[in-house]
Amino acid sequence: MIRRILFAAVAVGLVACAAYAAFYVAPEERTMGAIQRIFYLHASSAWAGETTFFFCFVANLLYIWRRKPQYDWLGVTCAEVGVAFITVVLLTGPIWAKPVWGIWWTWDARLTSTFVLWILYICYLLLRTLLDEPERRALLSALFGVFAFIDVMRKVFFFNVLAMHILALFLIAERYLLEKSKHDAELLRREAEAR
Amino acid sequence: MRNLNSIFAAYMIGWGVFFLFFASVVKRTSDLRSEIERLKKNLSKDK
Repeated sequence: MIRRILFAAVAVGLVACAAYAAFYVAPEERTMGAIQRIFYLHASSAWAGETTFFFCFVANLLYIWRRKPQYDWLGVTCAEVGVAFITVVLLTGPIWAKPVWGIWWTWDARLTSTFVLWILYICYLLLRTLLDEPERRALLSALFGVFAFIDVMRKVFFFNVLAMHILALFLIAERYLLEKSKHDAELLRREAEAR
Repeated sequence: MRNLNSIFAAYMIGWGVFFLFFASVVKRTSDLRSEIERLKKNLSKDK
């Protein structure tokens, strides 16, 4: 319980600090003016939502492969949290667009694909309410979740950032192994010297 | 600062969505916990 309270306090504290920085620390953008400050919430929510959908995708693949219910729980959890974030994106976007573009919404590729993404994950959640048998529900929703993630991959920039993050994680893992080997070698060297 | 109302509205809506989502998760968890307790009691009565 204490850990959960601490986690919540850290999350709320960070969000408050981020909002303070967005309002008082960041300089005013020259062409758009103050309205650009919405982007600090809008764009970061989009990143968080799409990253959450990536975790959902991984959980769905793991469920299809391993058939463990924990992966299904993780998948639906990530889908629901992702929907909350993308809802924020879809609501704050038009508030920014109206003063800047003069319209609330336009059916361009980026906006439409975000809207389709939101609809797809709403369908993922709805699909789960329609199936009673747990294993069948988990498998069908996992398959649907893998299909839904294709829409995220269509966003080239996100795809690139995702690829770079995975590359960074891979390099961190490799570098960590090097450090561990260095430590092991040092221990063995000392042991050899002591003999 | 121009468009302050819009910025304020966007942030309020954004945080509002997150708060509502969190509240719904807490409510659903608490409902399920009481159902689990009720079911446990019923099962122990039946034994």
